[in-house]
Amino acid sequence: MRYSGFRVIAEALTGHKGWKPVWRDPTPQAEYDYIIIGGGGHGLATAYYLAKEFGQARIAVLEKGYLGGGNVGRNTTIIRSNYLLDGNEPFYEFSLKLWEGLEQDFNYNAMVSQRGIINLIHTDAQRDAATRRGNAMMMHGADARLLSREDVRQMYPWLNFDNARFPIKGALMQPRGGTVRHDAVAWGYARGADRRGVDLIQNCEVTGMRIENGRIRGVETTRGFIGAKKVGVAVAGSSSKVMAHAGMRLPIESHVLQAFVSEGLKPLIDGVMTFGAGHFYVSQSDKGGLVFGGDIDGYNSYAQRGNLPVIEDVAEGGMALMPAIGRVRLLRSWGGIMDMSMDGSPIIDKTHVEGLYFNGGWCYGGFKATPASGWAFAHLLAKDEPHKTATAYRFDRFHKGLMIDEKGQGAQPNLH
Amino acid sequence: MIIHHPILGPRDAQEFVYLGDANLIDRPDGMTAGVEVFHEYLYQRTNPAGEHQELWYHEQGDRSWLVITRNTVTHEITKVELARDVARSRGRSK
Repeated sequence: MRYSGFRVIAEALTGHKGWKPVWRDPTPQAEYDYIIIGGGGHGLATAYYLAKEFGQARIAVLEKGYLGGGNVGRNTTIIRSNYLLDGNEPFYEFSLKLWEGLEQDFNYNAMVSQRGIINLIHTDAQRDAATRRGNAMMMHGADARLLSREDVRQMYPWLNFDNARFPIKGALMQPRGGTVRHDAVAWGYARGADRRGVDLIQNCEVTGMRIENGRIRGVETTRGFIGAKKVGVAVAGSSSKVMAHAGMRLPIESHVLQAFVSEGLKPLIDGVMTFGAGHFYVSQSDKGGLVFGGDIDGYNSYAQRGNLPVIEDVAEGGMALMPAIGRVRLLRSWGGIMDMSMDGSPIIDKTHVEGLYFNGGWCYGGFKATPASGWAFAHLLAKDEPHKTATAYRFDRFHKGLMIDEKGQGAQPNLH
Repeated sequence: MIIHHPILGPRDAQEFVYLGDANLIDRPDGMTAGVEVFHEYLYQRTNPAGEHQELWYHEQGDRSWLVITRNTVTHEITKVELARDVARSRGRSK
């Protein structure tokens, strides 16, 4: 069923009796051409583009829980392409362009809202770095603007401009950045994939991989063995667990990142704002809640919940920037498991097992990458060569010294 | 999380800085080990879901390095040792 305004009106006049379940609940077949492990944003996008853009069939997505129950439903919904390095910026700009056409493409309202993102600047050195990054962005076709202190003051006059430690001196803005209704991204891709014949199999955890003579034959699951010619893994925080089935160790540590939402407020912040120096970023949802977060907790974790010190740290960052929120109550906090890589950048690559492909290491930046990640992974799966925007995301870049380290932190995942 | 420091007793984890897998103690010999071994040591992690031995540094305390055995699923800490003792028991710094 195609969604449209006419359909809504027609259903309203006939008592809404015509709506059908958005996707099927199929039983797994004995064999597929492609199995995607992980029914989150990246896995569903991969299946969708495999079917739609690369004309492939006999595709299944295996999800151990329910579709979109992991990080695609736990993030703070920000999209942007404000990266510096050559290995990253073309890829994220490709992603932002896909976001811009996504809703028409998969016929689903994902509430893509290009409300602009600003990164606050506090020193001359930061302004120089922001100028350089803005120029790098524009050279790759993205948009960037350097804002003065007065520009920022016009947007948000109630910020604390004269904080003794971090006075606001300006900002780097990407007007095309913004937010997206994150669950709807998973649902839209799932529906689009299902309509093109992809089997979305939930409650189906992969418990092993059948590998013969260096080639993948299929996966063992809680619902039995399922054969496959090619297997793609896109499981974010569980990457090390799943790839261990193929005997691999990864350049990845799993860490917990928390996010927060306040009670609903009247319109206060119309864009996205990051206060990197204070380890704090914030936007306001359409329901009025402030959606904000900070740093990862900093130690290996698979718990999907964090600890109180980081909540305190994030609240302090928020208060330093926005004293006005002092009496706002926190509604919810939650955690997701980040696959933190050794240089802070992702991996989309083949493995030493023929027919086994890996997509992971997204750290806490995976959501904005969802469309391009799906597209590039589908490209790799279908054609056995990397997409032109993802050629740098290889396993062997650590071996060769070709790290893509935006922050220059080295092999210290909890600092990226 | 409360870390039961072998010398100082129970301390808040906020006083500590986290480094990572305690296998970082076992640095290969730079004169003999090749690129492969160092790549494995520096970049590859087992990253288990469950019991994990890891290095914590008591930065806002006595500046000691600890090896903490902690469950990465429950955050429960089951063992705290001085990294010095662990390293010596593995044959380092003799």
